[in-house]
Amino acid sequence: MSALIRITPSGPLIAERDGRVFAPLAQWLAQAGEDIRALVLSPTDDPLLLEGRTGALEVIAIEFPKPTDGRGFSIASLARRRLGWRGELRAIGAVAYDQLAFMARCGFDAFDLREGEDAKACLRAFSEISVTYQHSNDGATIFRRREAALGGGR
Amino acid sequence: MVVIAGGKFSLMYRYDALDRRLVAERVAQFRDQTARYLDGRLSAEDFKPLRLQNGLYEQRHAPMLRVAIPYGMLSARQLRTLAEIALRYDRGYGHFTTRQNIQFNWVRIEDAPDILALLADVEMHAIQTSGNCVRNVTTDAFAGVAPDELVDPRPYCEMMRQWSTLHPEFAHLPRKFKVAFNGAREDRAASSVHDLAFDLYRNGVGEVRFRVKVGGGQGRTPRLAVTIHDDLPWQDMLTYTEAILRAYNRWGRRDNLYKARIKILVEALGAETFAKEVDEDFAFLEGGPATLTHEELQRVSACFVDPPYEDPATEVGHVRAGSKRPRFRRWLVRNVGPHKRAGYATVTLSLKRPSVAPGDATAAEMLKIADLAERYSFGELRVTHAQNLVLPDVAERDLLALWLEAESLDLAEPNVGLATDMIACPGGDFCALANARSIPIADAIQARLAPLEAKIGELAIKISGCINSCGHHHVGHIGVLGVDKNGEEWYQVLVGGRSDEKSALGQVLGKAVPAVEVAPLIERLARVYLRERRASERFIDTAQRIGVEPFKKAAYPAPVLEAAL
Repeated sequence: MSALIRITPSGPLIAERDGRVFAPLAQWLAQAGEDIRALVLSPTDDPLLLEGRTGALEVIAIEFPKPTDGRGFSIASLARRRLGWRGELRAIGAVAYDQLAFMARCGFDAFDLREGEDAKACLRAFSEISVTYQHSNDGATIFRRREAALGGGR
Repeated sequence: MVVIAGGKFSLMYRYDALDRRLVAERVAQFRDQTARYLDGRLSAEDFKPLRLQNGLYEQRHAPMLRVAIPYGMLSARQLRTLAEIALRYDRGYGHFTTRQNIQFNWVRIEDAPDILALLADVEMHAIQTSGNCVRNVTTDAFAGVAPDELVDPRPYCEMMRQWSTLHPEFAHLPRKFKVAFNGAREDRAASSVHDLAFDLYRNGVGEVRFRVKVGGGQGRTPRLAVTIHDDLPWQDMLTYTEAILRAYNRWGRRDNLYKARIKILVEALGAETFAKEVDEDFAFLEGGPATLTHEELQRVSACFVDPPYEDPATEVGHVRAGSKRPRFRRWLVRNVGPHKRAGYATVTLSLKRPSVAPGDATAAEMLKIADLAERYSFGELRVTHAQNLVLPDVAERDLLALWLEAESLDLAEPNVGLATDMIACPGGDFCALANARSIPIADAIQARLAPLEAKIGELAIKISGCINSCGHHHVGHIGVLGVDKNGEEWYQVLVGGRSDEKSALGQVLGKAVPAVEVAPLIERLARVYLRERRASERFIDTAQRIGVEPFKKAAYPAPVLEAAL
């Protein structure tokens, strides 16, 4: 039995799966967003189509057909940084231990683990690498943090 | 110049506490991934992209580990560690690659975490040396010392290295992504055959600007990179790259491995449309948090200052240093290059020796080379795109002493740029992908052309064991490509390619020939040049002037043609 992991203010936690049903983008667009609270974007969808229309939404899910399909990472970045989506961003599909940390850094805060993943073990995946070199959804670039952390010296 | 413990100095980028922590954590992470794979918690399928992003390939005999040598800069201390790895974990040698990395062909998966830990001790790693991600950044092996340099590319290379390392959004691109920087008039970084390349220059008011090229590459569909931005301020290097990578990550093909490189996307959309897509995202990113700062450029640049050159240095001049030893004189002409500083020179130690695979060095040689670097070149070395090693800062008055030592170590073959200074991939002897062997072909060409090579002069022969083109056959003055014909090794020959600032792709001369016929065929091509050349023309100049027809005729003399019909 698999599980949902959520990033909370006190760190990643295992949560109950909520059984949400996600409407595909085409359906959502066709129904003009009425009464649909959860939407799923496939790897070829353009998240910017949601611009100015996310009012009723509670969750945006992004689908990973396989662990090595990197498109969902860029869709998440766009959703957070260009669309300005502040609600839940959930990774669904082939969501595995070794993708979690990068997913979180791109802005995902909920992870519907694929079958067979050890949810408890997965909680550790987020803190394996504590140094990040680039600006992503999680904060400043290394050089700005470096200036702060090292006081500009070596 | 960075002063480190013991009053010693370093001419390269040095890790700070954050860099060290990142690499150490990465080693621990990979140790855990390897353990999970070995005890069955991680499937081979899931482990594959993870090990690839740590440089581990499965190869013909054993896993191969590719270690990053960022933009080709290496300290004597690091080279000693590479020697130690070769001795302890491999069969006593390593293979320097065209992308300025080193490969070990005989490691065990179980040992890989320990090897990575050894590398971390000397500020090295194997992160993103393979896999579908941004690979090790490359540049001119003479960066910082070349007299024709417009802008020293190394600080920009380092900032790109850091930014692209473990980038969370771009770890699963459609395919690999190679970035090169060229800051000199002569392009020694083969920038036109990279997925992304930057030509650095100064504009009218002295500000550093980049010409941005995308979509170059070799393989099945060789393409030269096209310019999509002429005048990018250096501060926007990362944000513009982010926009390029995002467009590629989203729209690059993922349905066909052979059509997944960015060159296919750029060609399908057209360079203008691709540039528009990039600009649209860049407009949003421009001026954002990844914009490079003067402070960061200064911090990184401070690592790449000049060593304490003697001032004034004793100017000997190459020719006067020549003495009466003919082999030394040839070495001065071929292996010793110009330097921005009077009284200094660059020295290329040739790794192209008779019956040694191009780019191979033994552990014992690496140790000796590290000594030479310390005694003659401030403890620093470079790996070249042509798979040789360079001592970048040698005082002219030391040239004879250095040559005597290099000669005794079999590292002074006076052949840099000549026919026997071949580029070759490891080929079918090692690589699981190869259709044919490269090393025996290189060997046969070596034996055949060595007596003629001084007369021929500059000639770049490049050999790939398969269409993946790791041996850069598309851009060899003469290229050789191994193909499989019903289980037999055959070879196609190309003429007219080049990877410098006048980049061009070679043309296939005709039918593939069996292995034994390759070297004689190439000798016939060389003889066409010797017959047709004018005054000071090099092979490539003659080939461009007369076209491929005369070479085709010489490649396939009439009787062979009749037999083929």
